[in-house]
Amino acid sequence: MDSFLLISVVKAAVVFAVLMTTLAYLQWVERKVIAHIQVRPGPYRVGPHGLLQPLADVIKLLTKEDLIPPYVNKPLYLLAPFLAITMALLSISVIPFGPTIEIGGVRTWMQLTDLNIGVLFVLAVSSMGVYGIVLAGWASNNKYSLIGGLRSTAQMISYELPLSLAIASPLLISNTLSLRELVERQAGGIWSWNVFHGPFPQVFSFIIFLIAAFAETNRVPFDLPEAENELVAGFHTEYSSMKFASFFMAEYANMITVSCMATLLFLGGWVAPWPARYGSSLVPVAIFAMAGLVALYHGSRPARRRDRYSLPAFGILFLIAAAVFLLPIVQAWLLPLFWFCAKTGAILFAFMWVRGTLPRFRYDQLMGFTWKFLFPAAMLNLLVTGFLVAWVS
Amino acid sequence: MDVILFLVFAILAVACAINVVVQTHPISSALSLVGVMCSLAVLYLLLGAEFIAAAQVIVYAGAIMVLFVFVIMLLNAGAEVRKGRSVMAQTLGAPLLVALLGLMAYFVQRLFPRGDSVRFGGFTGGSALDIGRALFTTYLLPFEVTSILILIAIIGAVVLARKELE
Repeated sequence: MDSFLLISVVKAAVVFAVLMTTLAYLQWVERKVIAHIQVRPGPYRVGPHGLLQPLADVIKLLTKEDLIPPYVNKPLYLLAPFLAITMALLSISVIPFGPTIEIGGVRTWMQLTDLNIGVLFVLAVSSMGVYGIVLAGWASNNKYSLIGGLRSTAQMISYELPLSLAIASPLLISNTLSLRELVERQAGGIWSWNVFHGPFPQVFSFIIFLIAAFAETNRVPFDLPEAENELVAGFHTEYSSMKFASFFMAEYANMITVSCMATLLFLGGWVAPWPARYGSSLVPVAIFAMAGLVALYHGSRPARRRDRYSLPAFGILFLIAAAVFLLPIVQAWLLPLFWFCAKTGAILFAFMWVRGTLPRFRYDQLMGFTWKFLFPAAMLNLLVTGFLVAWVS
Repeated sequence: MDVILFLVFAILAVACAINVVVQTHPISSALSLVGVMCSLAVLYLLLGAEFIAAAQVIVYAGAIMVLFVFVIMLLNAGAEVRKGRSVMAQTLGAPLLVALLGLMAYFVQRLFPRGDSVRFGGFTGGSALDIGRALFTTYLLPFEVTSILILIAIIGAVVLARKELE
């Protein structure tokens, strides 16, 4: 019991620290990705390549004046950001990042806790997260906030339906609600992943899930709740300082959660695309070694003076990382973690890519799209999957 | 531990339920109702019915109550004014409440006379598999009848809400 408690506390601390760092740097990555899509350098001033920008942002947000307008409904105004960030962080507790690991003779799962209703838990928590936005919009007592909150409610209720239906189809194939078992059923390689797995490959379901996930997290092209040109800043117009930061962090935490869910439900979680005996364990080594060699090559013929030192340093770091992936002791847990992060990262990149590419929907188009196209499509997909699963078994 | 959790969430549920009636603003009442739903979900969880607990949060707290709040916000309903109670409510209210509680206590006593207490986590039919099986075998007819009832309600709502065609 004592060791269980200790392990749980340590795991929770580790997951929390990693999640918070990822949240901060995800924003840096997003600004960089969008900047490069738009052919500009992005954040560049604070630290090398703007790497300390998240830290500067945190200091800025912490030290800003925390203004509460006199006309707000105070209890709900204060409750809203708290609800948003709590619900956003809560769902990470059931996400499994890898198989069991052994540290100092203690075996444990790379997951805070495994519920046998894990998928439903994530859905329940995310559906409660809507209240944060709704209440923020209403309690601010401001028409722009109110319209932002109303839009987001309508949008989230509408998109939760295709999202749930898209989740249900891979569950029919895997026949479990536990996220850990879900991954274990997809072990064996890319053709066992739900997105390609028979009897009915869940490609459509995956696409519907991603589209609905964009709307659930209020991202471009579905970021109507915070459409700047018509609603100022939407539901968080009246929020400043850390309360604003809570909404901001909640949005990014939700992005991470839906990306993790997509990875677990459709892309086989931490499972490598092909078995290790055909060399999948060498992929990270190759990637890091390649990156290291490229950095060393550019360091040997520097374009700027400081590249002479910085690029070789990074090159050597990448080569060390490549060497670490070759050690058999750490391979057992580092490789699953690598694949999980690679898949989740790819989906997160897609989020940013879309933000840099697509314009925003009009509101009636948004509603028409989900009810007239996405919902029937998800329904049809679920029906076909159900029939085929019943027919095969 | 179970008993403590039960007491905490049972008291929370009752307090929220009272708050639903006492509050004058519709939004506060609706949020208290969300509190009731979530506390009930925890009670289901304590009994071992994890699927029902999740469904309770997703369907009631997550979907239906969000719709309630949405409609209240859309209609921009303000706080109600507390009116003076009628003579009948003042005189008969408290005795009727006591009578109702007494009647309920009596029926509970009649239904479960042996007085065996609830075992936390003792309910075994709470998994998604068990509930799905029960719905499609034992309770197939009530389940389908309920579905048709809901379908009728949806069609009725659409017909009522549709704009008159000239």
